[in-house]
Amino acid sequence: MPFSTLSDMKSRLDTGEISAREITQNVLERIDTHNGTLNAFVHIDPAQVLAQADASDAFRTKHDARPLEGLPIAVKDIFCTQDGPTTCCSNILKGFHAPYDAHVITQLKKAGAVLLGKTNMDEFAMGSSTETSAYGPCRNPWNTDCIPGGSSGGSASAVAAGLVPAALGTDTGGSIRQPAAVCGITGLKPTYGRVSRRGIIAFASSLDQAGPMTRTVRDTAMITAVISGHDSGDATSVADAPVVDWLGACNPADMKGMKIGKPREYFVDGMDADVREAVETALKQCENMGAEIVDISLPHTEYAVATYYVIAPSEASANLARYDGVRFGHRCKNPEDLLDMYTRSRDEGFGAEVKRRILTGAFALSSGYYDAYYKKAQQVRTLIRQDFLDAFKQVDVIATPTSPVPAFRIGEKTDDPLTMYLSDIFTIALNLAGLPGLSQPCGFAGGLPVGLQWIAPAWREDILLSAASAYEAATDWHARTPADFDGQGDAA
Amino acid sequence: MSWEVVIGLEVHVQMNTATKAFCGCSTEFGAEPNTQTCPVCLGMPGQLPILNIEAVQKAVLTGLAIHATINLESKFDRKNYFYPDLPKGYQITQLPVPIVEHGYLDIPSGDGEKRLGITRIHMEDDAGKSMHEGLDGISHIDLNRAGVPLMEIVSEPDMRSADEAIAYLKQLHQLVLFLDVSDANMEKGQFRCDANVSVHHPGTPFGTRAELKNMNSFRFIKQAIDYEVGRQIELIEDGGKVALESRLFDSAKGETRSMRSKEEANDYRYFPEPDLPPLRISQEEVNAIKAGMPELPGQLRKRFETEYGLSVYDADVLTQTRELAAWYESLAAAHPADPKRCANWLANELLGRLNEADCGITDSPVSPESLASLLDRIADNTISGKIAKDVLDTMLETGHDTDTVIEEKGLKQVSDTGVIDAMIQQVLEANPDQLAAFRGGKDKLFGFFVGQVMKVSRGKANPGLVNQRLKVLLKS
Repeated sequence: MPFSTLSDMKSRLDTGEISAREITQNVLERIDTHNGTLNAFVHIDPAQVLAQADASDAFRTKHDARPLEGLPIAVKDIFCTQDGPTTCCSNILKGFHAPYDAHVITQLKKAGAVLLGKTNMDEFAMGSSTETSAYGPCRNPWNTDCIPGGSSGGSASAVAAGLVPAALGTDTGGSIRQPAAVCGITGLKPTYGRVSRRGIIAFASSLDQAGPMTRTVRDTAMITAVISGHDSGDATSVADAPVVDWLGACNPADMKGMKIGKPREYFVDGMDADVREAVETALKQCENMGAEIVDISLPHTEYAVATYYVIAPSEASANLARYDGVRFGHRCKNPEDLLDMYTRSRDEGFGAEVKRRILTGAFALSSGYYDAYYKKAQQVRTLIRQDFLDAFKQVDVIATPTSPVPAFRIGEKTDDPLTMYLSDIFTIALNLAGLPGLSQPCGFAGGLPVGLQWIAPAWREDILLSAASAYEAATDWHARTPADFDGQGDAA
Repeated sequence: MSWEVVIGLEVHVQMNTATKAFCGCSTEFGAEPNTQTCPVCLGMPGQLPILNIEAVQKAVLTGLAIHATINLESKFDRKNYFYPDLPKGYQITQLPVPIVEHGYLDIPSGDGEKRLGITRIHMEDDAGKSMHEGLDGISHIDLNRAGVPLMEIVSEPDMRSADEAIAYLKQLHQLVLFLDVSDANMEKGQFRCDANVSVHHPGTPFGTRAELKNMNSFRFIKQAIDYEVGRQIELIEDGGKVALESRLFDSAKGETRSMRSKEEANDYRYFPEPDLPPLRISQEEVNAIKAGMPELPGQLRKRFETEYGLSVYDADVLTQTRELAAWYESLAAAHPADPKRCANWLANELLGRLNEADCGITDSPVSPESLASLLDRIADNTISGKIAKDVLDTMLETGHDTDTVIEEKGLKQVSDTGVIDAMIQQVLEANPDQLAAFRGGKDKLFGFFVGQVMKVSRGKANPGLVNQRLKVLLKS
């Protein structure tokens, strides 16, 4: 039960073997048992969750089950929900209750899902370790001294520990894929514009995209099928996006004829040797399954991190201006005047990393520096996008490590932001290019999971799903479960 | 050496769209504070802007009316600054690529016209309102206005006097009203102007400009510019330098004063708005908007002169607003016999009375058809022109139609020769001295007798007939 997939639960619900209430009770008990250790959930209202489950069971007696009928799904604390607080794990939003649901939350509700509560994250999704959360760090179930990745670390930790079968995350520079990788689960970042951003607290608007984090490839497809699609309330949600047969793409096939690009810039000195070996082995396995591995180059890769750390903070500096103490969120006590209210409210409400990025962004946009930073970064972004367009003339899909290193220890990199930023070195480029990416488990390094990242052309999530499904069918890395949380451990 | 004044104007025009620029909230003026708001215009977390296409159409229409280039692809940008009435912490505007560029307006100048360049029109969203006064030291914020669509219309520095600036503004004001893109009420802040003013000696580079703000009437704008020109000339002649700064006009003192110091100068950190893709419109859409362009004031004025034979002055008066011109056309259609009489009665009689009552033409209690029937009664001699003015007063007071008022008040003109002769007889008998004097050769007294007869008839006697009969009876 603890490590059931969404698909398993769905069949057991459909056959009547179990009710949504029973599943939800189990899930709540497991959360109750383990959340003290993991700190994966930051808001949960058991009575409200059980009420949703009962409503779903009642619905099932009268109607055909909806696509996610009765299935428990956790969401990152970045999705606005009418039920319970939405805080982005920031003190500046402590106690904030949104009077609306994010579009994807509405989609999940309409599909019959039981929304479990909010998961821990880096404050405003700014981080790679879920250490910058106002609620304290979240832990990796494979080694609770280690980070679960970030920023969607709570979602990754909860799924990996078998607390919930699925969770939603958001991915601005790797925040779904990197935590999925270091926690040993599967995570999908859809093409920019595939999933509505409405009601998701913005970090960097031109990069943010929501997606699922699950135990299997098929489970990511089940959720993406529900949350994707045009939303007239988000001008960047694409109206005529090519449609994907989400579940159809997951039917396991061999890889005959598939051309997999292996970019030399993603297999470099300095990365963890075990990580490299795990990914190389995975690619060999794909070759054995009929794929052709093609050495390719994405020449502007080395500029991706720098480009990202200009564009994302610039957009964030504007997106976070609304947290000013005027209308909602934290306001300092007894302000002397307007300036004092602004500066103290924001100083008290934002954590150090968020402040660092706001300042970086404000600097990059300021008069006299705009051309050298923001404008230059946009130009490089175009080159990075072009790298991928060129590569996809030669190959169907690109495979890389998701993260250069497995999960590091909590506190290890908190004083060294630059090293921390390099955790996203392999995930960031595709956000800049707007492309879809998927991370799935492909081995272990020192007892910690390693992720394999697939990258496809825009709107071709079907290629990601079929490549990842084929690999998943041939391996059992995705089925490994952490021993400390009633699992089998990393050995086969 | 002589001084030359250089003025450029930035006009913020609130568009009269049904809903706000980026959300579905109403733009109605005067509602209870903060009742016309939603999560989007309140800048709540995760909320996104959706562009109001009606605002785009109105901006394009305005662009076409000033003979400008319409950019088929334009872009939105964020202008960042903190203020409590700016919920998002940035304004959505258009910096490098506005929707409209390179237009002009011709204003009357001497015997001809002067062409004033319009650099650009860009779209943006308005901020809310902060209220500081009379609230015991507490500031209140009303966000009903936050997100109302604005056009900022930026002129070239082509004006050389406050009068030219006012002529430009009046023409622009009239234009946006005719186009129905704005209600342009200056008191309500729907048509706001900032003026960039500098002075220099002709033939030398432009001087440093000051930006004048907070002028909410044409009179104040003229006052502010005149004051500022005087201030700058005096400053320079005393060896000083004009500072590049914003200056607030204080209408009570008739002065401008510096608004903010350099230390607090804003760096707006403009960058492309990532929530809105580039705005693309097709040439076909532009053509369709052009096809729906209403007649503009200049065209209308010329047509009134030729079609109705009106004087330049009357044509100008009657084309001041679209509503007035339409009112005149309805009147002229209902009283086709004499379009000039229509113009006189509308411009001199009705408008004068409405102005006194502070009533707009659209709220006039007398309809064009009703005024036409009054003019019909003059034409068919039922009443005199003088009586007609009294009838009009009563019509405005009571809302009754012409014939009812004439009937009720017994004002029908007396054209019965017997009745008029009897009145004349009465007057002659009552004034024997004047009669003797007239008959003794004092011809000027004829007018006296006309007046007396009209008085006896209480204005109802047909004046033509009175004249005619007096001539006969005075001699007998």
